Amino acid sequence: MTSESFDLAILGSGPGGYVAAIRASQLGMKVVIVERERLGGICLNWGCIPTKALLRTSEIYHYMQHADAYGLSVSGVSFDLAKVVDRSRKVAGQLNAGVKGLMKKNKVTVVEGEGRLTGATQITVKTGDQERVLDAKNVIVATGARARDLPGLAADGQRVWTYRHAMVPPAMPTKLLVIGSGAIGIEFASFYSDMGAKVTVVEMLDRVLPVEDADVSAHMHKALTKQGMTLVTAAKVSDVKPGADGVAATITTADGKATTDTYSHVIVAIGIIANIENIGLEALGVKADRGHILVDPYGMTNVPNLWAIGDVTGAPWLAHKASHEGVVAVEKIAGLNPHPFEIGNIPGCTYSRPQVASVGYTEAAAKAAGHEVRVGKFPFIGNGKAIALGEADGFVKTVFDAKTGELLGAHMIGAEVTELIEGYVIARQLETTEAELQETIFPHPTLSEMMHESVLDAYGRALHY
Amino acid sequence: MIDITMPALSPTMETGTLAKWLVKVGDVVKSGDILCEIETDKATMEVESIDEGTVAELLVAEGADEIPVGQVIARLAGEGEEAAPAKTGVVPAPTASNPPPSSEGDRAASGVVEGASQAPKPAPAPAPAADPVTGSTIAKSDGPPPPKAGEDLAVPAKTDGARVNASPLARRLASAQGIDLATVTGSGPHGRIVKADLEGASAKPAAQPAAAPSAAVASAAPAAEAKPTAPAAPAPAAAAPSYPPPASVPAEAIKLSNMRKTIARRLAESKQTVPHFYLTVDVRLDALLKLRGDLNKSLEASGVKLSVNDLLIKALGLALVAVPDSNVQFAGDTLYKFGRADVSVAVAIPGGLITPIIADAANKRLSVIATEMKDLAARAKDGKLKPEEYTGGTASISNLGMFGIKQFDAVINPPQGLILAVGAGEKRPYVVDDALAIATVMSATGSFDHRAIDGAVGAQFMSAFKALVESPMSMLA
Repeated sequence: MTSESFDLAILGSGPGGYVAAIRASQLGMKVVIVERERLGGICLNWGCIPTKALLRTSEIYHYMQHADAYGLSVSGVSFDLAKVVDRSRKVAGQLNAGVKGLMKKNKVTVVEGEGRLTGATQITVKTGDQERVLDAKNVIVATGARARDLPGLAADGQRVWTYRHAMVPPAMPTKLLVIGSGAIGIEFASFYSDMGAKVTVVEMLDRVLPVEDADVSAHMHKALTKQGMTLVTAAKVSDVKPGADGVAATITTADGKATTDTYSHVIVAIGIIANIENIGLEALGVKADRGHILVDPYGMTNVPNLWAIGDVTGAPWLAHKASHEGVVAVEKIAGLNPHPFEIGNIPGCTYSRPQVASVGYTEAAAKAAGHEVRVGKFPFIGNGKAIALGEADGFVKTVFDAKTGELLGAHMIGAEVTELIEGYVIARQLETTEAELQETIFPHPTLSEMMHESVLDAYGRALHY
Repeated sequence: MIDITMPALSPTMETGTLAKWLVKVGDVVKSGDILCEIETDKATMEVESIDEGTVAELLVAEGADEIPVGQVIARLAGEGEEAAPAKTGVVPAPTASNPPPSSEGDRAASGVVEGASQAPKPAPAPAPAADPVTGSTIAKSDGPPPPKAGEDLAVPAKTDGARVNASPLARRLASAQGIDLATVTGSGPHGRIVKADLEGASAKPAAQPAAAPSAAVASAAPAAEAKPTAPAAPAPAAAAPSYPPPASVPAEAIKLSNMRKTIARRLAESKQTVPHFYLTVDVRLDALLKLRGDLNKSLEASGVKLSVNDLLIKALGLALVAVPDSNVQFAGDTLYKFGRADVSVAVAIPGGLITPIIADAANKRLSVIATEMKDLAARAKDGKLKPEEYTGGTASISNLGMFGIKQFDAVINPPQGLILAVGAGEKRPYVVDDALAIATVMSATGSFDHRAIDGAVGAQFMSAFKALVESPMSMLA
């Protein structure tokens, strides 16, 4: 069998893999990327992007139903679920084609098929009956992750869904149970609730969006409850039994009270599992821990010339984390001197209504880490633009180290905060203190003014509240 | 427009005081004309123009101090350029409100060293703190656009001259922890110092024993391997506690001259960080005085007159060579052993003191030492020493005999390993051959850095010195 030689072979073409491929090509490497399904991976095809398309639909639908508040008269508002889904798929398709174009432009060889490592620096790809052997000086594993199933119950796509099924619903749920209140669970809960479903969200921990600041969780709990959702925290779901007419499930709260009900559909959003099986890692002795490949700050595994990036290497499971890791790994391979990034500088966003965005330490985590903190908080109701938008609910919270003025974290909930958070991320990356932020000019009228006010508030100087 | 910047007049200079402008707006200057006098930590120097043009702006007021090296201090309009209208408001330098150093003592103390262009070539830039313009005394910028005055003055006057590329958080942390950012290597983009770089960086001691002067010593002494051990970042003036004067006593507040500040800093550093020990010997001078008389007679024609001190300088140089373990410098984890004895001679000058150097004192003829010393002392009093004439030296001598001082202990001049304090030669009852006689005797006390020199070595050195002085013919061998 003939083999082909490359400088770099990448297994998986998600936002980690394809970005790594582009960066490697920029640095003059001959690159091959292996994908078993669709270029762009989950993010483009089944994750970040298509869900944003769906959430845009539900947002507009929401506004149409509340058009009166803006002086508009709209009647007969309804939707065609198939068209809604079709739009989302077209958006994904457009981006998938875009990645194809990027690979072509950067002269990256794309090999479709199931790849597995047949050596530390060799990938064998099976496409149908054909096998193709790719040799490379370095290999990056970027195989991503998949949804975790409920113990003993695999999602079937009929009435029990993972995110993947939820993205292409064959029918509109009427009564939906969402298990898990992380970003994925909350986004689907928000989408289906806005589209008219009766939604119940169950969280095992004591608050929704448990990785976010406690104030954000509390605010989200209130906001979603006001929208008509039922949120049950510190609770477990058991006895999930799909039937012809629906899915029976039992919710047991911390006090031991069990309630059994029947739902039209169930979305399982209890986390993800890294795709580390059946790709030849075991035979190479690649070290893993709790389902994730162990890597150094540059993405190198314990096997020379074998690297791993993205979800396979662990939390946070975010596309932008994978992309950045891909760039760092490639630059390291190229002999440059990249910076391993600060994990506290990875922003997290939830695109529900209201939106949530954050970076860095929560107030509790900052205190637990031994920081004496100064906290600033500014509500949307104090911001002119928010009121003009009719989006006066939410807040911006900032956490500073009282001694050094370091911006330890920022936490926002409300309209458009996912577009605002990057200001604080840059601030953290540049290691600004409260002084620079206070001296920065924010345009009026914008939601961003709240970011300024929150910083001022941390030092008792808020102007508009 | 041509920018005239604060020149680096010595390898260690980071800031300077603009003592006096010798040109005014509208003056036409040509290359070689003296523009101003700059007072550094050691001396006052004249700065020559290396460009031609019309003085368009003076950006720093006379008397403004701590002007970072590299800051634009004036602008010349070149040929064809219109000299900007004379600015009535010379932009006040950060401390322009301070009275200019024109009081008698202050001026004399710092003196004027002519020929800024003769400033020594800096030692190989040892450090991140290196000045951006050490290469030439006057930085020339011949291309537009000239920076705006405001930008220049925005440079904080008390920085190390060059802007430190550090994140705001790193700056604040460094300041809180007393870390000198000039000693930190930045790992961020373009060498930016970030928070992580400060982990492991230790707070800077109040003064580093081997700091600034080591560069000069290394270049002056033949011990070529003696590399500076620390960045030439002068420690900030030792943070001396500042107590108010007693309220009831009339007092005049006198602003310290740069020289006074340097003396205060370096000697405080010496006494605080160098473990001194002292050895005193009585030395009979009769033979030396007789030799001096004889020599002076024979030198009369040439107009050279040897002083006792000239002979003691030579004796010190020879003693250092005879006991090489005493001709050393302590530098943290290194000991520099010098292959030549350069003697720093303490010279009192109005407002302070300075230590011009007799290089290779052991091998110089006495007449040469005498001639050099006379010239150095005269120019020291006029403040006209060049930096290389008073930086370096491997050991010092201080003589207070002319004031009738019998014996004293001198403070080591860091980073040197020893200083010899010489008292008055006086007739004393002296036991010669078991009989009481009268002899001319002086007490000499060596102060030694015990980190570098042990008691026995110090004793050998004192003994060698005593033997040379008492048998001075060996100095002529």
